[in-house]
Amino acid sequence: MIPELGHIALILALCLAIVQGVLPLVGAARGMPGWVALAPQAALGQAVLVAFAFGCLTYAYVTSDFSVLNVAENSHTLKPMLYKVSGVWGNHEGSLLLWILILVIFGAAVALFGRNLPATLKARVLGVQGLIGVGFLSFILFTSNPFNRLLPAPLEGNGLNPLLQDPGLAFHPPFLYLGYVGFSVAFSFAVAALIEGRVDPAWARWVRPWTLAAWCFLTIGIALGSWWAYYELGWGGWWFWDPVENASFMPWLAGTALLHSAVVVEKRDTLKSWTVLLAILTFSLSLLGTFLVRSGVINSVHAFATDPTRGVFILLFLVLVVGGSLVLYAFRAPALQGVGVFAPLSREGALVLNNLLLAVACAAVLLGTLYPIALDAINGSKVSVGPQYFNAVFIPLIAPLIAAVAIGPLLAWKRGDLSVALRRLLPAAIALLIALAIGLWLIDGRSFMALLGLGLVAWLGIGALCELSLRIKLFAAPVSETLSRARHLPRAAWGMTVAHLGVALLVMGITVSQTWQVEVQQVMRPGESVQVGPVQYRFLGVSPYKGPNYTAQRGRFEVLEDGHVMHEMQPAQRRYQQPPMETTEAAIRPSLLGDLYAVVGEGDADRGWAVRLYWKPLVSWIWLGALIMALGGFLSLSDRRLRVGAPARRRSDAAAAAE
Amino acid sequence: MRLTYLVPLALFVVIGIGLAIGLTLNPREIPSALIGKPVPEFSLPPVQGRDHGLSTADLKTGQPSVVNVFASWCVPCRVEHPLIMALKRDNLAPIHGLNYKDDPADVVKWLNQLGDPFTRTGADRNGRVGIDWGVYGVPETFVVDGNGQIVCKHVGPLMQHDLDTKIRPLLQDLAAGRASKVKC
Repeated sequence: MIPELGHIALILALCLAIVQGVLPLVGAARGMPGWVALAPQAALGQAVLVAFAFGCLTYAYVTSDFSVLNVAENSHTLKPMLYKVSGVWGNHEGSLLLWILILVIFGAAVALFGRNLPATLKARVLGVQGLIGVGFLSFILFTSNPFNRLLPAPLEGNGLNPLLQDPGLAFHPPFLYLGYVGFSVAFSFAVAALIEGRVDPAWARWVRPWTLAAWCFLTIGIALGSWWAYYELGWGGWWFWDPVENASFMPWLAGTALLHSAVVVEKRDTLKSWTVLLAILTFSLSLLGTFLVRSGVINSVHAFATDPTRGVFILLFLVLVVGGSLVLYAFRAPALQGVGVFAPLSREGALVLNNLLLAVACAAVLLGTLYPIALDAINGSKVSVGPQYFNAVFIPLIAPLIAAVAIGPLLAWKRGDLSVALRRLLPAAIALLIALAIGLWLIDGRSFMALLGLGLVAWLGIGALCELSLRIKLFAAPVSETLSRARHLPRAAWGMTVAHLGVALLVMGITVSQTWQVEVQQVMRPGESVQVGPVQYRFLGVSPYKGPNYTAQRGRFEVLEDGHVMHEMQPAQRRYQQPPMETTEAAIRPSLLGDLYAVVGEGDADRGWAVRLYWKPLVSWIWLGALIMALGGFLSLSDRRLRVGAPARRRSDAAAAAE
Repeated sequence: MRLTYLVPLALFVVIGIGLAIGLTLNPREIPSALIGKPVPEFSLPPVQGRDHGLSTADLKTGQPSVVNVFASWCVPCRVEHPLIMALKRDNLAPIHGLNYKDDPADVVKWLNQLGDPFTRTGADRNGRVGIDWGVYGVPETFVVDGNGQIVCKHVGPLMQHDLDTKIRPLLQDLAAGRASKVKC
């Protein structure tokens, strides 16, 4: 009964989405206030219906109703409650429902919080959101219904893939989708602006909070996924350039570019058609990611079980959405002429450089991701593009970008003076030289990449602090003035500095952990010990134990520092019963200085066990850096200029203060 | 309309065509190394309560046969099960079951409840034989000719369409001793 109610709610939501996708757009074009006013109501109604359907599916999972095919295929009575709930989105159908839920929540949020939007613009934005909803609701209802029944019902379910039974992964998809789907709002704003034929600073100010929120969520989502790969797969790596990782990374790169170009539209009323194009491309890349993961064109550890009709459906949808919006763009964008002019050496110029490098990096990732498909389509050969390609292309594009990030904020709008900016960066230049000297001393010039990384970190980190200290007149004015300036500095400025410092931390984590990692792989017998980096691991042995839905072999290590036992580590191999599968549980002792990481593999008491032991200095800075970047985004989001409902006059005051 | 504004659209058209072609290809269809090769050497005891186990010799009897890799814990196996029963009723060839990583009591219950289409069954408790067969997902179905050569491999649950266009014509061709046009 409950699943049928959920099914009916989805059908009603589709009907409402059709209403929302058609009437407000027609109403806005023909000047019919009644139809225009329909949009917010329809958006709210859709949110209620989809939330109800999602609740129904969750109920089926929580009560282990195996007469629902989706539950039988993905759940099990012995699973802990957290994973019964997260199992709802641990599969194709359920995750699609989550996607739609987030889409309609964003729609409802625009309806609720967009009170200061002009009625027709709001109707058009919600109309486009409605059309996207029509596509996804038909997709789920016609090809991937999560409420299909299985009769007779089996006594027990198939269980969730044990790799997904993990707290990091329980929250990874919701954050990722908040990011992906959040960009749909930027997309809808872009299409609405193209329909209206008007892009102005006010438009940029309305788009920016949505883009910023989506970007923050996507950043957290990618970081969670990377963290999960690090500790759950047991390979010790944190990024694999897997096609599905790339699918989430491309919208992030495009979204980062969009954030920065929207600033130019807002402040200088130029770069309009480019910003609109970026908004379209960012969401298109999110959709492309959905296509890659769910259609079966690529083979990946993440790819869902696939079915060709789904692929055809998403491709058609992709063609309609992306093709349609790009056609609209081709017709309307030439009319969007920028007003503000600027010299190449200016804040705008720096942001254009940022956009250029991010866009090219994004294109390079896209090329590497699609190349295997292209080659298979052309001559049928099976290849995969590995990290060598991505590292070789990506690093040379991102390194100059990071170097420029320190300079850009110090250039003035319209026309900047590079020599003044560089003089202000003198402390950063000194830090750069010190970092290079330390790097050369530590590694004997073995690794160019390590030197590059350390140099960039010093330059960007100190550069961002230089910029901040100039704004608050640190040491140049009395302490009271500095404090007062710091208090009155717009949150957006703080957000920028924090996010840029996050980038520096991230690069630091990557550089140090890649260069100074120590890895030992060997067979060990109980009682033996081995030196790994600064610590000594003493192997105590392996013993079996039983968990709620698995059995395991647990190894025990004592970690000694200068002969003293500091911690005990217990890596394990788990063997799940349902479905039968083995997982590696690495034992990780994280700290800010570096992680201890131990994995125990096959073996027995006579011959010893195969073990892998690591010392990974500063590796947690990678995720810390990503979280700080997201924190910077949220800080910027809390700027009163962007807070919806803030009086317009106050908004312009704050904007003036930010100049 | 200035031409530069058409560039994104043109690029998207190229990517779209590529993706459409990509959709018709199957990345999982790793050109199976086993097709045309003899079945691996193995010998498995029968599933509890059945008399006939499964070994290499049973697949070299001069008569073509079907080997279905299944497990009681696998929901898609339950979905394809009625079709395996239907194939059994056609009586085209003996169907053997390779029971993959299963609990002995569960599989007996499963076969008793849903029906047993298998002439012989092999219980591969630890999955070692499955590795030799290149099994990487359950269910999988193999067609083996009378000399014990693997002719066809199907990954995933069999659908009515697969039976009609692949398995049945192939078995009829093998029985008649003619070269088959069926693509696997």
